[in-house]
Amino acid sequence: MKKILSAALAILLVSLGLYLGAQQLDSSSGGSASSKKDLIIYNWGDYIDPDLITKFEKQTGYHVIYETFDSNEAMYTKIKQGGTAYDLAVPSDYMITKLRRDNLLDKIDTSRLSNFKYIGKEFLHKSFDEKNEYSVPYFWGTLGIVYNDRYVKKGEIKSWNDLWKKKYQGQILLVDSARDIMGMSLVSMGYSMNDTNSAHLKVAKAKLDKIGKNVKAIVADELKMYMVQNEAWIGVTYSGEAVTMMDQDSHIHYVVPAQGSNLWFDNIVIPKTCKNKEAAYKFINFMLEPKNAAQNAEYIGYSTPNTAAQKLLPKSVREDKQFYPPMSTVKNLEVYRDLPSSKVQEYNDLFLEFKMYARN
Amino acid sequence: MKKNRLLFLLPYLLWIGLFVIAPLVLILGYSLTDAHSHLTLQNFAAFFSGGTFLRMMANSFWYALLITFFCLLVSYPAALALTRLKNQQFWLMLIILPTWINLLLKAYAFIGIFSRSGMVNQFLGLFGIGPVGIMFTDFAFIFVATYIEIPFMVMPIYNSLKEIDPALLSASSDLGASFWQTFRYVIWPLSWPGVESGIQAIFIPSLSLFMLTRLIGGNRVITLGTAVEEYFLTTMNWNMGATIGVILIALMLIVMLLTSRKQHKKEIEL
Repeated sequence: MKKILSAALAILLVSLGLYLGAQQLDSSSGGSASSKKDLIIYNWGDYIDPDLITKFEKQTGYHVIYETFDSNEAMYTKIKQGGTAYDLAVPSDYMITKLRRDNLLDKIDTSRLSNFKYIGKEFLHKSFDEKNEYSVPYFWGTLGIVYNDRYVKKGEIKSWNDLWKKKYQGQILLVDSARDIMGMSLVSMGYSMNDTNSAHLKVAKAKLDKIGKNVKAIVADELKMYMVQNEAWIGVTYSGEAVTMMDQDSHIHYVVPAQGSNLWFDNIVIPKTCKNKEAAYKFINFMLEPKNAAQNAEYIGYSTPNTAAQKLLPKSVREDKQFYPPMSTVKNLEVYRDLPSSKVQEYNDLFLEFKMYARN
Repeated sequence: MKKNRLLFLLPYLLWIGLFVIAPLVLILGYSLTDAHSHLTLQNFAAFFSGGTFLRMMANSFWYALLITFFCLLVSYPAALALTRLKNQQFWLMLIILPTWINLLLKAYAFIGIFSRSGMVNQFLGLFGIGPVGIMFTDFAFIFVATYIEIPFMVMPIYNSLKEIDPALLSASSDLGASFWQTFRYVIWPLSWPGVESGIQAIFIPSLSLFMLTRLIGGNRVITLGTAVEEYFLTTMNWNMGATIGVILIALMLIVMLLTSRKQHKKEIEL
């Protein structure tokens, strides 16, 4: 009995020590204490050039606290809780719709942003923020096809329909997302990726069933790893993921089919939790400065919506059709609209059915 | 004294009430209502009328059965051998050790082993067998699931084998029974409670292994777990998700009834 008691006591003491240690670490790395000089940014991990933060601090005298999240949903929950006074956040398009609907965003007065004019017109007035009142584009990207030129001849894959060819049997990896894969099938038949007509969705699913034999697996983030390991020839995924793969393997290429595809955005917003608006505006304007935006785009590798910054990028990047597709393609790209939950269910049910029967 | 006992019972009762009974009631409640909290059997009707769910259920059942079978095939001889070894605690520890490693980490390790440039393919390459696609096959999925579940099968079987009085085994061989006869009529029936709890500990979680189906099975293996994940996380349709949960619980009860009935039969035979 004594032994058990002392063991239990020891465990409790160790836990207490760890807890206090964690508290100590938390408080020394910034945390919740916010003063007039602090700017708390909530962004994706490794999604800004750290040199730019230092530069901003030097230029303005503000102290930047940079916190990261790994999913839009996690970010949403923390902002809703309101525990930390985030001054800026960088959600994706559909999450902006959701944050707006739940009244968690403050309006952004773009007239206070002298550099707002550099944002390309094609990246404004999107469905998630028609009047550009709540968000400023940070990076954008597409859904497309990655392939390995060790197995697939360069330029052989141009359209979505190429994926249905018999010779790619068992060599395609798909991203595990109903919206993207159903959307791929819809757009390959000339329908919109936001189509809600049940008959169209059924036809799209029937067409997907025909790709079943070519599909090796339907995976999430691991897709990157598998492509780099040559586990499959072809993958359907986002341009952001493609950047990472191409950095690791020069044989991997990315195509956005000209027929159309998804256009996604990560935008800067000012959440309701903001305590330091002055600094928030200054930071947005700082990031919109063409020189800074270009430096950031070069560091991250994603496509910048800042047309002046784009001109400052090295020619090889600027003219890279994989990440800056020609206007003729861009005008076919669609942002996902927030669909009613019954339609979301329909998309997902059909996708689940496809996954069920895809094996034969 | 009686008051004292009640006091000691209180934390347990609270625990059971809050974390066992309440969630079960909630799941049942969600499964019997629709999005607007009206009472309905619509969810169950949807489950049993669509071929997709039924086929998914059959799939889940089949894979869980295979995983349990292979687990038993490996674990029973292993547990039996363990009881004859010298440093039993040490060997037992080696079997339990992998459970200290995070499940996700183990799954990722297997991706490394089974991939095209992985260890298995390098080994096969020595014999001139070109890289074989092992990832995303039924074999890979069942192999990894079995590997992960084995400790949970070995432990209860080992414990029940240890409880058998050695005098019974001596008596059996004294009376002229061969090893096989002793095994069939003494060891196996007496170790059945261990086998039973092993089967229950493995079959039930195996019905809804959704993480492995994606990581190792590449979503080529779809079980009810995949559907539960979709309904709770992606489409937020908790009512349908809860319905699948209730059906999983029902399946589990059936398995428990089946495994425990067998025991009675054996007793009569003896």
